[in-house]
Amino acid sequence: MSLHRRDVVKTLLADRGGLLVVAGLGSTAWDCTAAGDHPLTFPMWGAMGCAAMMGLGLALAQPQRRVLVVTGDGEMLMGLGSLATIAVQKPENLSVVVIDNERYGETGMQETHTAYGVDLAAMARAAGFASGVLLRDAAGLSALRKAMREAAGPHFAQVKVAAERIPLVLPPREGALLKGRFRAALLGAGAALE
Amino acid sequence: MLQRHGFGLVGYVPDAGHKRLIELCQADSRMRTVVMTTEEEGVGLAAGAWLGGTKCALLMQSSGVGNIVNALGMARECRFPLLLLVTMRGENGEFNPWQVPMGQATPEVLRAMGVAVHHVASAAEIPGQVDASARIAFGSYCAAAVLVAQTLIGIKSFQEQADQ
Repeated sequence: MSLHRRDVVKTLLADRGGLLVVAGLGSTAWDCTAAGDHPLTFPMWGAMGCAAMMGLGLALAQPQRRVLVVTGDGEMLMGLGSLATIAVQKPENLSVVVIDNERYGETGMQETHTAYGVDLAAMARAAGFASGVLLRDAAGLSALRKAMREAAGPHFAQVKVAAERIPLVLPPREGALLKGRFRAALLGAGAALE
Repeated sequence: MLQRHGFGLVGYVPDAGHKRLIELCQADSRMRTVVMTTEEEGVGLAAGAWLGGTKCALLMQSSGVGNIVNALGMARECRFPLLLLVTMRGENGEFNPWQVPMGQATPEVLRAMGVAVHHVASAAEIPGQVDASARIAFGSYCAAAVLVAQTLIGIKSFQEQADQ
């Protein structure tokens, strides 16, 4: 039985504690919002291909915090080089989870490369991630939850989900607001005076 | 100057003109250098770093400016501070015709995306312009670029580039 993206993201973000989250544009940003809008989630509305690198910048700036990037297969495919860049830096506190419906969801559900068998998890392992797993059922999710909170990364997971059309759950759109609320929640009110 | 402004991260795609600066940054225990596969990664890196409270500078060649245009939209919309140190190719003296179109378009492309641009044609100006550009970027929450003229870098042939 195939996984549903909203359930997967809700499971990953449940009891998030101090987790810092970057959500790639489109469906994964809506998934993270459906799990509960949070100042320490940075949902992207553009810059396709940049989500994993935003996670790297954040992970290097906050080595004592756990950082999770939740993004889609199309978004990850646009920034595949970042897998190599992240693997070189070896941030132990970073996890990249691709919610893989094998579709470009916002543009009419056209098939992405993963629909033809491109194995992102194998690419991450080959680049040098500490772990890279392909998950197709709920059995692996609890292990992934544990790894991204406790084990030394960088971790990568490609989670196959159903290609389904579901209601949009939109976060705030304004970029400066999203940036400001994230920095205030993480760094304190004084961050606005920096 | 990067030390004085407290940059903790430096992302780069190498250029011959940045060779010494990259080596200096790598030797500085207060900075972490990140080698990238494409300059676009740098905009994400710098944005994520700033979310986490760290300043990140980006080093690239002018051809790399062509690779970051869409990502600059995020920097502008979110008002992420961003400092770009760009070594120019495709200017007067260029020997490689493939460098000329992007090099000639670089200042206009950056300005079209809302980046404050300073073109530096003498070595003596560089520290002051890097200082000024870091100030406008981090004081005004915008992107700023220092373009270092090709005449300063002085590459006239592939052999000279290889010998650097």
